[in-house]
Amino acid sequence: MRNIIAICKRELLSFFVSPIAYFVITGFALLVGFFFFNYLAFFARMYEMSQMMAFRGGAELPNLNQVVIEGLFQTMVVILVFLIPLLTMRIIAEEKRRGTFELLITSPVSVSQVVWGKFLSLAVVIITMLAVSFIFPLLLMVYGNPEIPPIISGFCGVALCALGFASIGMAVSSFTENQIVAGVSSMVVLLLLYVIQAPAESLGGTSAEVLRYLSPIDQVQQFLRGVISLKSLTYFASLILFGIFLSQRALEAHRWR
Amino acid sequence: MIEVVNLSKSYGDYIAVSDVSFSAEKGQIVGFLGPNGAGKTTTIRMLATYLPPTSGCASIAGYDVVSQADEVRKRIGYLPENPPLYPEMTVREYLKFIAEIKGVARATMAERIDQVMEQCFITDVRNKLCQHLSRGYRQRVGLAQAIIHEPQVIILDEPTSGLDPKQIIEIRQLIRSLGESHTVLLSTHILPEVSMVCNKVVIINRGRVVIESMLNQLTKDKDLEQIFLESVSREDQQGLQREISLAS
Repeated sequence: MRNIIAICKRELLSFFVSPIAYFVITGFALLVGFFFFNYLAFFARMYEMSQMMAFRGGAELPNLNQVVIEGLFQTMVVILVFLIPLLTMRIIAEEKRRGTFELLITSPVSVSQVVWGKFLSLAVVIITMLAVSFIFPLLLMVYGNPEIPPIISGFCGVALCALGFASIGMAVSSFTENQIVAGVSSMVVLLLLYVIQAPAESLGGTSAEVLRYLSPIDQVQQFLRGVISLKSLTYFASLILFGIFLSQRALEAHRWR
Repeated sequence: MIEVVNLSKSYGDYIAVSDVSFSAEKGQIVGFLGPNGAGKTTTIRMLATYLPPTSGCASIAGYDVVSQADEVRKRIGYLPENPPLYPEMTVREYLKFIAEIKGVARATMAERIDQVMEQCFITDVRNKLCQHLSRGYRQRVGLAQAIIHEPQVIILDEPTSGLDPKQIIEIRQLIRSLGESHTVLLSTHILPEVSMVCNKVVIINRGRVVIESMLNQLTKDKDLEQIFLESVSREDQQGLQREISLAS
């Protein structure tokens, strides 16, 4: 445990001494803010229109949760597909390039301690990043009256999804010593994962079911509706553990080549 | 303390280290000599548990470097060829991190860090970022990193490269004083360094040990430079003959 914390602390120091963490967090907040503004403006227009229609027999009023919150959280997942690789690309590749990997490997720390420590540091940065952008739903709570529980569960869903992405990004980073290669490859992998349910429609049958289950969009969607099922929790836990497992294997392979 | 028996390492067809055997006792400072590309770094990396040997075995403090690697790692201090520093950390932060992962007791950690910084003459740069250090300072921070947990065996890969003459003298003194209570394996290609610091010499060339001897016996009637050149060129010829006979 002591080793995991030491590695996590060192990694956080790297994130926050170098400008990486600040840039990624600011960029994320900026993008999310822009989309928030757009969804809100869209909601206002829909609201106006439905009120104009109201005297003709009443159109349904738009739902703040459905239009703004769901839209915003789903967009967040798209942004994460592109930003998480930028956070994770250096996490192990840089150690290999700088030769500090040799130091870690010849120290009395195990590969799994290194990997968990690094994942923990990524988790801290990512949760901070999401917490900063939570200000937008918070504004809605102050000035409007959305349903609170789906916001909370939706936030948890997005956070779990981000951690899953980070774990996959870390695994990719552990296979190379080139940061750009790591960044681009993890973007490709995450984007593929993001759109994996696309052929479901035309395939049909069991394979469609499987593809839909593998899709992070569908899993996050469950959380956005306020449904926290064991099925989606299992999905994200497996995603995270799979990435960590791959990273460990990659590092052990490096040791015995 | 260090026992190496028929250690070999090959990459495909290329044999980097072949049947290397030598040993070192407690309190010995072993000079590990050889021309560039002789297999010094590869051997050292195998001893430091970074690379697995292709065949043969080695043990440090009685623990095998392959099957008991974790025990070996607790007992060695290792300075690779390029000091493994984190550029964005200050020297103090870096040494604190190293002390953590090498298991220095929390209660004595701060004291130990100060002590090591003094020993390696880096107290004046303790709050500087590692990326701003000159080559000589980086080397000495790397050395501090290797000895911070008071390991039984210290493995140094060219510890004095990049230092100025005064620093070289200071570091040699430090290594000599470390040798009193530790076993030191020191790789170098600077001959005078060996005669000044070490009490045992292992010379390798083309991945083979050509001489293993105590320094005072070796230099009874010839000087080290002569011995080195003779043994290395003899091995070169033999190596050439081996290659020719293999080819035909």
